[in-house]
Amino acid sequence: MSLREITADDIESLAVGAWVLGTGGGGNPYLPLLNMRALYREGHRVQLMEASDLDDDDWVGTVANMGAPLVGQERLTDSLTLARAVSVMEEHTGRRFRALMSMEIGGANGVRPLMAAAHLKRPVLDSDTMGRAYPEAQMTSVSVGGLTPYPLSAVDVRGLESIVKKVPSWKWTERVARKICVEYGSVAATCQPPRTGAEVKKWGIHGTTTKAIAIGHAVREAQRKHDDPVAAILAVEPGKLLYKGKVIDVARRATEGFLRGVVRFDGLDDWKGSTMTINFQNEWIVALRDEAPIAMTPDLICVLDSVSGEAVGSETIRYGQRVTVIALPPPAVFLSPKGLEYVGPRAFGYDLDFRSVFST
Amino acid sequence: MRRIGIDVGGTNTDAVLIEEGKVIRAVKAPTSEDVTTGILDSLKSLGATGVLKGKGIDGVMIGTTHFINAVVQRRHLTRVAALRLGMPASASLPPFCDWPEDLAALVRGGVWMVEGGHEYDGRPFMPLDEAAVTRAAGEMKAAGLKSVGISSIFSPLDPSHERRAAELVGKVMSDAVITCSSDLGRIGLLERENAGLLNAALADLARDTIAAFEQAIRDSGIAAPLFITQNDGTVAEAGQARRLPVYSFASGATNSMRGAAYLSGLQDAMVIDVGGTTTDVGQLKHGFPREANSVVKVGGVRTLFRMPDLLSIGLGGGSHVELEPLTVGPLSVGYRLLKEGIAFGGKQLTTTDIAIAAGLLALGDKAKVAHLDAATCRKVFDEAARLAEEAIDRMKTEAGDVPLIAVGGGAFLIPEKLPGVSQVIHVEHGDCANAVGAAIAQVSGECDQIFKDLSRTEALSAARGIANDRAVAAGAARASLKTIESEDMPLAYLPGNSVRVRVRVVGDVAAS
Repeated sequence: MSLREITADDIESLAVGAWVLGTGGGGNPYLPLLNMRALYREGHRVQLMEASDLDDDDWVGTVANMGAPLVGQERLTDSLTLARAVSVMEEHTGRRFRALMSMEIGGANGVRPLMAAAHLKRPVLDSDTMGRAYPEAQMTSVSVGGLTPYPLSAVDVRGLESIVKKVPSWKWTERVARKICVEYGSVAATCQPPRTGAEVKKWGIHGTTTKAIAIGHAVREAQRKHDDPVAAILAVEPGKLLYKGKVIDVARRATEGFLRGVVRFDGLDDWKGSTMTINFQNEWIVALRDEAPIAMTPDLICVLDSVSGEAVGSETIRYGQRVTVIALPPPAVFLSPKGLEYVGPRAFGYDLDFRSVFST
Repeated sequence: MRRIGIDVGGTNTDAVLIEEGKVIRAVKAPTSEDVTTGILDSLKSLGATGVLKGKGIDGVMIGTTHFINAVVQRRHLTRVAALRLGMPASASLPPFCDWPEDLAALVRGGVWMVEGGHEYDGRPFMPLDEAAVTRAAGEMKAAGLKSVGISSIFSPLDPSHERRAAELVGKVMSDAVITCSSDLGRIGLLERENAGLLNAALADLARDTIAAFEQAIRDSGIAAPLFITQNDGTVAEAGQARRLPVYSFASGATNSMRGAAYLSGLQDAMVIDVGGTTTDVGQLKHGFPREANSVVKVGGVRTLFRMPDLLSIGLGGGSHVELEPLTVGPLSVGYRLLKEGIAFGGKQLTTTDIAIAAGLLALGDKAKVAHLDAATCRKVFDEAARLAEEAIDRMKTEAGDVPLIAVGGGAFLIPEKLPGVSQVIHVEHGDCANAVGAAIAQVSGECDQIFKDLSRTEALSAARGIANDRAVAAGAARASLKTIESEDMPLAYLPGNSVRVRVRVVGDVAAS
């Protein structure tokens, strides 16, 4: 079995790459990055492990923060609290986790498992359960795989500890955990339902930590050399350049706990005279060019700042920004009929048959 | 109304006298190393014109880059004790955690974190640990610290823990200067705390600077109260400015925009302020600059408080011009223009040389730039216009053509027609728009908080009430108050019907 040490520089890249894979949502990884810098300064180190190196009967802990991004800007999630969420689950099940992994590699949760792993001295898997960011807990590969949706631990920094012991479905995991989270003050550190090594090998989305690091590294190198950062991403990922333009309108509304809305763009360079519209629900969901849908979930739609190459989020995008839109290939698990039922365009209320930009 | 507006810039200190809404006289004096000599000189030269005789002056309003320069240049900073209320949360990211190391080394006098703070809905997060606060104050005193920055989780929603902690610290350290983050604050603990710590680091400089300004006014023989202009285009009386110097950080650019609005008579327009090295582009809404709603870095420190939303590009009257291939800026000869420009016998081709060759400016020796033909000049102006056009477009918040006011010494670079612009307006006294903006400043009040289970209208109205009360407390006449900004953002993930509302009102300075 081979473990690879994640370097301080890898973590800087991971933060940039995870934000790109956040596809507009998932929260900016800035605060987790600050935590990791502090932990590395104190001498902590985190190892990266391949899922294929797990034994079938190993156990894996899936780490994520739940809550409102705004609350997360005031009650800054402590690395020890994330570690505590994992320990609570180990105490509940009586089983020790061999490794930790990310629920969603996209956004801030792409970095948070490292915060827990640094304290617990466990490796982090090069895998996650979304390959990006999605707004709800049932929009994961393990949910598509029909794996057990319980137990879940939710921890608050004041010492509040809860277990969602049993629920009939992932929708219920989401509902009950959400209620606990609200009572805590709309922020909770969670350890998602434990997975066996066999389950992770079969249902995990693999290589995503490495992918985020590679994307972030490409962007940072291009920035340093004043090269085109978007071209740098497309050189390391089999993505497609969809559009270049500027934002001409942003309409947002918060409904049922989500930020929904539409952003409109006017084309620049080769796309002059062509318009683009992107609908979002926290994350970018459907992109239309000249009114015709051209990219949709589960394809990853990434809106990037044309100059810096860094991701632009749906919460902060604004008029006048120069952006480049690219698509990255979706995790294969979401392309099955069941996968599309959970995360395809209809799961977000769009009456469209999924067509990948990569299928032509 | 008779007021003197003064803007202390990098090169010149401008002063104007405004009487009943008219610019009576504008003068310039070189900015001095100690700042106050330049102010005294400009007041003296204004007095020498005879316009100050006979009548009283209602106020001297000064805009200065003194405080932001101190942070950027790491000079005259006070060591600060940071006290955060919010344990056990946020412990892994203590105060100063994201500061540049050189600045932290100068300012960080010590960090104390104790239990306290609130939830997003106003519930207490933890009871304030008063004994721990008192203990911390004793340690600060023993360490010889005199300036304290206090922050607390969700203090913009409920500042009571910060206030109580300030009282307790004051009991132990009676001469301490205390900054509460809620006096500056937006949601975002680190950024608000950073603004508070920077403010605390300016305690000594603010005290000395304001005293020196008051002395300069007395020495000039003028009997008028001192006001300091703020980031949002309003003024604070000297006492408040001494307490919250960070609110004066970006007042120079703001004053230019306010002056542009005043001189042009337009309330809603884009403003382009073309200086020697850089061009600032901003947007006027109801006569005030639109605010940045995002993180602004000051001297490498991330902050989030009342700052104008500006885009600065490297274009100005001193910008380097290269012809093959054609580039304009971002390098600039800056204040060395009169030595290094070709028309002045120097070696560096600048935008000012091009304007002289094209006959737009009568400066220097035109013969020295006679080799630049009309087609070359046109290409350079087109490139400058392209840079300006892109900056303007980035700062617009909606599609459609808008009027553009061009001010500043380099305004000749802005052509009469630009795509996306309905009309380009050049104004009289445009080169001292900043001092005019200072002279006409008003008083403001702001509210930024989360409201639950109210209709949108009710929430906006509640926020307006709070903002009005704050403006009156800051010295505004209630009858003159107007709402100049009102925005609401529905909050995803929070339960109930939560909406974050930000309202800002302004009014005239109340007669004392």
